[in-house]
Amino acid sequence: MSHDNSSPKFLQHHFHDVEQQYETAKLGMWAFILTEVLTFGGLFVAYVVYRSWYPEMFVGANLLLDVNKGLLNTIVLITSSLTMVLAVWAIQKKNQKLSLFMLIATFLFAFMFLGIKYLEYSHKFEVGQLPGEYYSYMGPEIAHLNNPHIFFSIYFIMTGLHGLHVAIGMGLIAWLIYATAKGNLNSEYYTPMEMIGIFWHLVDLIWIYLFPLFYLI
Amino acid sequence: MAENQKQNYLTHPKGIMSWLLTLDHKRIGLMYLFGGIIFFFLGGVLALGMRLELAAPGNDFVSNDTYNNMYTLHGAIMIFLFIIPAIPGALGNILLPLMLGAKDVAFPRLNLASFYIYTIGALFVMYTIISGGVDTGWTFYTPYSTTSTSNVIPMTMGIFVIGFSSILTGLNFIATIHKMRIPGLTWYKLPLFVWALYGTSLVQITATPVIAITMVLLILERLLGIGIFDPALGGDPVLYQHFFWFYSHPAVYIMILPAFGIISEIIPVHSRKKVWGYKFIAFSTLSIAFIGFLVWGHHMFTSGQSVFSQIVFSFITYFVGIPTGVKIFSWMLTMYKGQVSFTPPMLYALSFLFLFTIGGLTGIFLGAVALDIHLHDTYFVVAHFHYVMQGGTIIAFLGGLHHWWPKSMGTMYNQTVASICCLGVFLGFNGTFFPQFLLGLRGMPRRYATYDQQFAELHNYSSFWSGILGLSIFISIMNLLWSLRKNNKLDPGTNPWGGMTLEWTHTTSPPHPHNFEEEPVLEHGPYDYDKVIVEPTFKK
Repeated sequence: MSHDNSSPKFLQHHFHDVEQQYETAKLGMWAFILTEVLTFGGLFVAYVVYRSWYPEMFVGANLLLDVNKGLLNTIVLITSSLTMVLAVWAIQKKNQKLSLFMLIATFLFAFMFLGIKYLEYSHKFEVGQLPGEYYSYMGPEIAHLNNPHIFFSIYFIMTGLHGLHVAIGMGLIAWLIYATAKGNLNSEYYTPMEMIGIFWHLVDLIWIYLFPLFYLI
Repeated sequence: MAENQKQNYLTHPKGIMSWLLTLDHKRIGLMYLFGGIIFFFLGGVLALGMRLELAAPGNDFVSNDTYNNMYTLHGAIMIFLFIIPAIPGALGNILLPLMLGAKDVAFPRLNLASFYIYTIGALFVMYTIISGGVDTGWTFYTPYSTTSTSNVIPMTMGIFVIGFSSILTGLNFIATIHKMRIPGLTWYKLPLFVWALYGTSLVQITATPVIAITMVLLILERLLGIGIFDPALGGDPVLYQHFFWFYSHPAVYIMILPAFGIISEIIPVHSRKKVWGYKFIAFSTLSIAFIGFLVWGHHMFTSGQSVFSQIVFSFITYFVGIPTGVKIFSWMLTMYKGQVSFTPPMLYALSFLFLFTIGGLTGIFLGAVALDIHLHDTYFVVAHFHYVMQGGTIIAFLGGLHHWWPKSMGTMYNQTVASICCLGVFLGFNGTFFPQFLLGLRGMPRRYATYDQQFAELHNYSSFWSGILGLSIFISIMNLLWSLRKNNKLDPGTNPWGGMTLEWTHTTSPPHPHNFEEEPVLEHGPYDYDKVIVEPTFKK
C-alpha cells in the first residue's frame, strides 16, 4: 500500500485524507437514502391510488387499527431517534461511555417498537384481517365496504417493509455497540455511527408518515 | 522502475482467490465483462433460434410455448444481464477511476458486493431457464403474469436482486465522481464518458428502486393475491404498467447514456480534434436523464389513458429528441475537418451514428399518438427498439471494447479482421432489422411464432441477415480473445490511438495494480488536440 505509516489506520488506502473519506461516505449515504425514499415512494403511490379508488373503504378500514399502539410506537421511535443523535453527540464530545449507553437505549427502543408491532400483527392474524386472499374478517363495522383486503394488503406491505428496516437497523446498531465498546469508534473516527444514524432517522421519518396515513385519516 | 513496469493488475497479485476477492475496480470490471459476454452469447443464441423459427411461416422448429419462452428469456437476459450492467459494470468500472486519476472507486467493497449480487440474480435467471422458463414477455404485464403457470417468481426475483447491483454501482459511481477526482480535475475538464456515467448513475439510483418494489408487489400478488394488480380482486393492472414503465423508460437511458459516453470518447480521439460543444454534450446527457422520467406514458397509449395524458406524454416525448439531436450534431461537427482515421473503434462509432439516428427518428414516429396506435405491438416497435439498443448501445459497447482493449489487456487484436467484422455487423444488423420496419408497417404483430404468407419474404430476408450479424459479432469477440495469446504483449507505454485522457497518458497498458505509480498531475484537458500534440505510439 502506498500510504505512509503516519496516516491513521482507519484511513483506507485509496483516499488522500480523513476528510475526503468522511465526505465520500456521507455523500454515498445520502444517495442511498434517496433510493430508500423512492422504494417507499412506489408504495405511497399505491396507497394514494387505492385511497382515491375506494375512499369510503379506507376511512372505514382504518378504524380497525389500534390507534393507541400506533401512537405508542410513534413515541418510542421518535425517542430512539433522539437517543441515536445523543450517541453521536456523546462520541464527538469524547464521552464513549455515554455514547455506548445511548446506543443500547436506541437498540432497546427499536426492540420495543417491534414488540408492539408483533402484538398488533398477532391480533390481526387472529381475527383474519390479513392481506389479499387470506383476508377473512367480516365484522359488522366493515360489512358495507368494498375490497377491505386491499387496505390490509397495503398496510401489511408498507409496515412490513418498514419493520424489516427496523430489524436491519437493529443489526447495524448492535454492530455499533460492539465497535464502540471495543474502542474502534472514537472521537476521531465515528463515521459509521453517523451514517447509521442517518439511516435510523430515515426509518423514523417513514413511520411518521405511515402512522397518520394508516391510523388517523 | 523496470521491475515496476512489469507489474500490472492482470498479473499481480496471483491466484484465483486474488481475483474472486479482489477489491480492484479493474479486476471487478473484467469479471463483469466476462459475465456480460456469456449472457450476450446466451441471449444471442436465443435470438438466432427465434429467427430460425421465423424464416418460414409455419411452426417449423419449436412449439408456440417454446417460442414464448424464447422471446421472454431473450429480452430479459439481454436487458437485465447484459446491456444494463455491461457498459457501466465492465467498461465503467475499469475506466472511471483511471479517468479521474483515482486509486479506486469510492467504495471498493461495495463494488465487489454489487458484482456478487449480480451473480446471484443471474443464478435466479439460470434457475428459471432450467426449470421450464417463463412466457410473459420481458415486461411481465399483469394480469397474465399473475395467472401464468410458468416460472414468473424466480425470474422477477432475479430482476429484483439484479436491481440492487445496479443501484449500488450507480451510488458508488456518483460518490466516486464527486469526491475522488485529483486536484485540478474540475467538472468541465472531465472526460465526457464520466459525464455519461454520472447521468446514468443518477437514473440508476432514482429509477431502479421503483422496479424493485414493483417486482415485490408482483411476487406478492402471485403468492398472497394482494389485489393490487389483479382486477378480479379489485386491483388495477394498468397501475402495474405505470410502475413498470416509470422504471423501464428511464432504464432505456441507463442503457443508452453510457453508449453516448463511449462515442464521445472515440470520435475526438480518432479524429484528432477537440470535441465540438463539450458543454452541450455534457448537459444534454443530464437533460436526457431528466426528461426520461417524464415520458413513461408513451408506452401505454393503447392501455386506456385519457386523451389529455396521451397528448402530454406525446408532447414531452418529442423533447427527448432535442438533447439527442444536439449530441449527434456535436459529434458530426467534431469530425468536421479532423484527421479521421478509420480504425475499428471509429468504424463502430460511425455505424453508431447512422444506426442510432434511424433508431432515434423512428422513436419520434412512435411518440406520435395517432401513429403509435397503428404501430403498437408490431414489428415496427421491435425494429425501433433494436436500432436503439443494438444499433446504439451494443455497437457502442463493441466500439468501446475495441478502443480500450489495448489499454485494459495490453494486447492488440488483428485490426483488419476487426474492421471486416464491424462491416459485417453493420450490414447484418440493417439486413435483419430494416425489413422489420416494413413488416410492422404492414401489420405483422410481435411475439408470434407463425405468420401469414404475405410476410414470408421479408421474414426470410431478416433471418438470413441475422446469421451474418451473429457470425460477425462472434468472430469479432474471438478476434479480441485471440489477441491474448502468448508473446503478443504490447510495450507498456503504448498509446495506440493517441488518447489524451489520464488512462492513456499517465499509466501503463495494462495499468499498474494501484492505477498510477504516483498521483497524476493534470497537464491538459481531455480533448486539447488543438494545444498539445500526443502522437499515437504502437510498439510490440
